[in-house]
Amino acid sequence: MQTIFSIGIDALAFGMVLFIICIGLSLTMGLMRVVNLAHGAFAMIAGYIASYAARDLGLGYAVAIFLAIIGTIVISIPLERFLYRRIYGSPELTQVLMTIGITFCVIGITNYFFGPTLKTIPLPQALSQPVDLGFRTIAAHRLFVIACGAVVAGGLWYLIERTSFGIKLRATVDNAAMSDALGVRTQVVYAISFAIAIGLAALGGVVGAEFLPIEPYYALRYMVMFLVVVSVGGAGSILGAVIACLVLGLVDTTGRYLMPDFGNFFFYAAVILIVCLFPRGFFGRAQ
Amino acid sequence: MSDLFRVENLSKSFGGLAVSRDISLSMAAGERLALIGPNGAGKTTFVNLVTGQLKPGAGRVILGGEDVTQLGAVRRVRKGLVRTFQVTRLFSELTPEEHVTLTVLQREGKASRILSRFRGNSGVADEVHDILGALGLLEVARRKVGQIAYGQQRLLEIAIALALKPKVLLLDEPAAGVPSVDTPRIEQALERLPSSLAVLMIEHDMDLVFRFAKRVVVLAAGEIIFEGAPSEVAADPKVREAYLGNYAHARSVA
Amino acid sequence: MQTLVQTGAVTKVHSVRRPWLRDVIGILAIVIAGAVGYWLFPDNLALLTRIIAVALLVLSIDLIVGYCGVATLGQAALFGAGAYAAGIACVNGVTEPMTLIAIGGTAGAVAGLLMGTIMLRAHGLAQLVLSIAIVQLFHEAANKASSITGGSDGLAGLMISPLFGIFEFDLWGKTAYLMGLALLLLVFIALKFVVSSPFGMLCRGIKQDPLRIRAMGAFVFPVLLKMFVISGAVAGMGGALAAISTQVVGLDSVSFELSANALVMLVLGGLGTLYGALIGTVIFMGFEHVVSSINPFHWMTMVGALLIAVVLAAPGGLSSLVEKVRGEKA
Repeated sequence: MQTIFSIGIDALAFGMVLFIICIGLSLTMGLMRVVNLAHGAFAMIAGYIASYAARDLGLGYAVAIFLAIIGTIVISIPLERFLYRRIYGSPELTQVLMTIGITFCVIGITNYFFGPTLKTIPLPQALSQPVDLGFRTIAAHRLFVIACGAVVAGGLWYLIERTSFGIKLRATVDNAAMSDALGVRTQVVYAISFAIAIGLAALGGVVGAEFLPIEPYYALRYMVMFLVVVSVGGAGSILGAVIACLVLGLVDTTGRYLMPDFGNFFFYAAVILIVCLFPRGFFGRAQ
Repeated sequence: MSDLFRVENLSKSFGGLAVSRDISLSMAAGERLALIGPNGAGKTTFVNLVTGQLKPGAGRVILGGEDVTQLGAVRRVRKGLVRTFQVTRLFSELTPEEHVTLTVLQREGKASRILSRFRGNSGVADEVHDILGALGLLEVARRKVGQIAYGQQRLLEIAIALALKPKVLLLDEPAAGVPSVDTPRIEQALERLPSSLAVLMIEHDMDLVFRFAKRVVVLAAGEIIFEGAPSEVAADPKVREAYLGNYAHARSVA
Repeated sequence: MQTLVQTGAVTKVHSVRRPWLRDVIGILAIVIAGAVGYWLFPDNLALLTRIIAVALLVLSIDLIVGYCGVATLGQAALFGAGAYAAGIACVNGVTEPMTLIAIGGTAGAVAGLLMGTIMLRAHGLAQLVLSIAIVQLFHEAANKASSITGGSDGLAGLMISPLFGIFEFDLWGKTAYLMGLALLLLVFIALKFVVSSPFGMLCRGIKQDPLRIRAMGAFVFPVLLKMFVISGAVAGMGGALAAISTQVVGLDSVSFELSANALVMLVLGGLGTLYGALIGTVIFMGFEHVVSSINPFHWMTMVGALLIAVVLAAPGGLSSLVEKVRGEKA
């Protein structure tokens, strides 16, 4: 019973980390049709910034998160302007190559400046303590991550469904040329969405550092996992991403608890099964 | 029941919207039929239903006495039900000669052979030469399709269809987008189609329709509203309403 | 009536050019390059053999990506299947090198059949993800089945018999290199026939527009699956060659990284030309050898920058750049 509960909490928290990081990727893929393999690289950059701020400068956790998000977005702006805009609308293979190239560069440069060792982001007192729920105690950090995930999901839903920006966004996703003709500045919509996506990746990279440790190969090591989540959930679907993250988080965590020798075997077996059954993802848009 | 080709009560809807309603028509060998109708009447949907790109909600497609409704698009082509595309779908990196050679090889069941040369078969080469010659495409036979004129691309669409030796040929707007100086070449190609072939042509150019077809079917809002000789079409009140009503509606929107 | 006149005037359209002449020159160039490598770098024959093995992998990707338009980031699954099959057979007493190559090719073909069957169910992103998932699954399986595969330590101690009972696999790797070069030539010539057959043309058509191919009355799935099997055989032979020459099979031979790098080599050289696959492999691995011996992370930065540059400046790869320059001169 204890094991099942631990697995459940860990799976939920891990699933939420995946969600926070991947939902940005899902949105860029659904909206701009860009297969951005470098998405994880941005989460990693944020992790390094947060680690530097919290550990080396001694700033608070909240400040570190804030700096990491802003810093990562600032770094992403020239990349969006000069590299990503060239590949909007290009064939998938071109996008894959360009973004793998960006990923390799980020890994090489990160290692040059920070070295190959693991970087930690010290948690504040409040988050490193266990919390007593009455019948069980769980790590506060897990609760914090789960709450973050819920806030991100709710906030995005509100943004997309209830605000005027959301209307423009949905219109642009539906038919970019038509939206342009109706006076929606699609370039601006793209730029804002890209920034939101990168900001979310940054948030996920920092709060998820306990699950996905920050090191130079982070960008490549988890690239596949992020891509898988988006593909399984269906690009552009919030609900699909939530379900995909929870299912894959559960499969992965359960596999690690019960059969640690098998590594990611069950994760990838589940992926193949799910993709074969739902080739467009759980809630993907018809092509 | 000597019809070569027949559709019975074909229906299809997307969501709640019926795009084809209870369409029935039949064609004899050698017949020339034109299918016309205002934009959005469901003409291309009809072609897609007949060729098997779309599955009908109800109804049957019968070719040479055989029900082919359950067959996929590829099997229908192999039975002799062949189409051209409204917007040309050609391989821009290949030449017309390669297009037609590939098609002839496919018809003979040799297209997926690995242990033979693509150009090795002189029988095939002669046939390709004849087909391209009949359509006046020999001069561009070895240029990449991306570099030849649009009118020639349309002729190549017809060449590919003929290389399949069809029994029934569906031409989806064969002259659409062709500069008017080149339309005579298309028309000439249409006149020379094998006389045993049943041809159903969708076309907007009424002059072409009147010269080509012996019988006209008018489709509006997914339904057949007229079937008869070309000379009677213009006088039919329903047809007038479908076209002019549509026109008036379009004007009021604009 | 103008068209009729033209019909009569133009003679038969075929037998004008001699495309085989280009191929003969190309094959001679490979032989010469192989011989030059042999004389110039007698101390680096192991690396050159490795390049040949990877070149086979890159050729196999070209068949799928360049000729059929199916994007894959999991081709090392087929390479690894060949490497492990040859390695396991060798440990169990099959030591004749040509037999091992054949075993590797067969295993690769079977893996290709499996991979194609799964991957061709999906399209676009989902297909790409499936290819990655398959190579990762193979990786985990090879890691887990350590009693057969040696797990993360690798499968070591392969004892290979002399080639044809005469040529020993020496310390300097001469025999392995020459065998590899001969294998590459044979495979290359065979693939030239494959891509210029009706089947090869059908694949090029499918790459450009599968719907049009269906409207021509040809099924798409069996054609692509056949290419996966051929591609698997080529990759598997590459894997077997790598196993024979290094006498070790490691987990890195079934990795996502190898798949991605091999795709990069292909794109660097140029898709859909077979020559591009060879050029890309040689350039990439040559540079890698030089730069990564200084600092592996500098190498990553360089590859990344190179990739970005290729996408921005020469989307057709280096071989298209050569053609473009030649075309401008002519």
